[in-house]
Amino acid sequence: MKFKPYAKGLAVAVSLAVMAGCSSSGGTQDGSMNGTGGGTAGGMGAGGQGVSGGQVSGTQMGGGQQQQAGIPDVRTIYFDYDKDTIRPEFESVLNSNAQYLRSHPNANVVLQGHTDERGTREYNLGLGERRAQSVERFLTVQGVSPSQIDVVSYGEERPAVEGHNEQAYAKNRRVILDY
Amino acid sequence: MKRLTPYLCGWLILLFSSLASADLTIQITKGSDQAIPIAVVPFAEQDGTLPEDIADIVSNDLARSGQFDPLARSALVATPHTSDQVYYRDWRAVDSNYVVVGQVTPQGNDYRIQFELMDVYGEKRMLGEAVTVSANQLRAGAHYVSDKVFEAITGVRGAFSTRIAYVTAQGAGDDRQFALHVADADGHNGQQILGSDDPIMSPAWSPDGKKLAYVSFESGNSAIYVQNLATGQRVQLTSFSGINGAPAWSPDGRRLAMSLSKDGQPEIYVMDIGSRGLQRLTNNDSIDTEPSWAPDGQSLVFTSDRSGGPQLYRYNLGSGQSERLTFTGNYNSRGRFSPDGKTLFMIHRGNDGFHVARQDLDTNRLTILSDSRWDESPSVAPNGSMVIFATQQGNRGVLSVVSADGNASYRLPSAQGDVREPAWSPFMN
Repeated sequence: MKFKPYAKGLAVAVSLAVMAGCSSSGGTQDGSMNGTGGGTAGGMGAGGQGVSGGQVSGTQMGGGQQQQAGIPDVRTIYFDYDKDTIRPEFESVLNSNAQYLRSHPNANVVLQGHTDERGTREYNLGLGERRAQSVERFLTVQGVSPSQIDVVSYGEERPAVEGHNEQAYAKNRRVILDY
Repeated sequence: MKRLTPYLCGWLILLFSSLASADLTIQITKGSDQAIPIAVVPFAEQDGTLPEDIADIVSNDLARSGQFDPLARSALVATPHTSDQVYYRDWRAVDSNYVVVGQVTPQGNDYRIQFELMDVYGEKRMLGEAVTVSANQLRAGAHYVSDKVFEAITGVRGAFSTRIAYVTAQGAGDDRQFALHVADADGHNGQQILGSDDPIMSPAWSPDGKKLAYVSFESGNSAIYVQNLATGQRVQLTSFSGINGAPAWSPDGRRLAMSLSKDGQPEIYVMDIGSRGLQRLTNNDSIDTEPSWAPDGQSLVFTSDRSGGPQLYRYNLGSGQSERLTFTGNYNSRGRFSPDGKTLFMIHRGNDGFHVARQDLDTNRLTILSDSRWDESPSVAPNGSMVIFATQQGNRGVLSVVSADGNASYRLPSAQGDVREPAWSPFMN
């Protein structure tokens, strides 16, 4: 029931983000990113093609949020393989979402945790939840009321991008803030 | 004589309550060099209008098991239909160890399938039986023949009359459609029993083969449902906050183990289905999931990353203690016991991907069974002879089956979308 709005509303933003990420070819414009992209622990797959700050700026560029005054444009952050730590370049995204939630105490957000397809499905449900909880902790530390936050893990069931390569995986390991 | 009734009655009702889905086809990918040569002679039929080729179905069943190497039809040296028409020297000449013959005769609206099995080198009849089926049960009749032949020769009960459940996903992104299907073990007679815009996961057969438990996200979060296959009736069993996942029936069918994260992180619980009472088995900061019962119901295997990465543990219901079972490699998950409880099948990450592996629980020796790279969701046939699992072929998810010894394998590709999460049914008859 809560899922449909995400499906429609965010599809645009996500695909723009993805396109932006692609067209800047794993862009590492953001120098501070160095070191985070290579985190493909466990030796699976190609070396980490950084899903970088390129997405952040790319989405802002194509933002086009219509009437939803104040809801931050960027509502998806990405994770390293098998990790649930917030990458430094996404802290600003979470900060702006935290600011919005603090100033709109009646607003609610569903944090959707996702993983890439590697590993078993039920275990990945757990990993997706960990990522969403990691975002939840970040937001509450920033002063957002826990009552405004719900967590749902989709594990590997709802990939943003089809494909069995690190580029697709990097875009699927994500948490979406769904208002 | 036997009538195939209980399983097929349920099946017929299902036919009316659900949609037919495209059949999965069979591609044998690896044959065993120890397969036993056998000749399955085309069955006699009165007017040649039988809609199914019984001998062909039996031959394919036996070949798929990896334990038999059926003689090509073009290589048959004779076409006997009864044991007294079999000349053993003919079959010795083509190195067939066994011969199956039979005939199908109409009886009103039904068909009577008579079949006999001969040991060529022992020069003796091993089996002679008849089964009566209706016209739309002819494939089931053939699988019954396969079961009997397989058991007479190997001593192991055949599992050709069983079924599989699986999940399909079609389309991309937000248009993705999920569906839950049930089909015969050979991929035929596929029926969709649930369709959804939201993910469907983790189908699990009740021990009597009449119900499926599964996870559906249709409510906006994961929740566990139980669906009666004959009536289509479904019940939502859980709707806790957080993950409601990985349902697994106890061998007595009265309890369901599951993974729930309602208290913060996924933990293993056992629900009494009658009272809905919950017993919590694990309690720590790790992901504990993918429970599966030992055949004796005294313990469960589950996945936990309490050591840093996912490994398999066994929870003993008597002592309340968990012990780690897997130590080879840094990723072992989704354990499933063999029917005798002596072997554990799992997904093991090696240097080149995720494989189906087997661990002998006496020696703890781990053996990789599959040569595919992206394997998931192993499920063991009720006779322990084969393991079905999901893997990738090209860019598509397909089902694959490997023998428990790894010597033989086949695939069940689908014409439609990704196929994943197979669950092999218990014996149905």
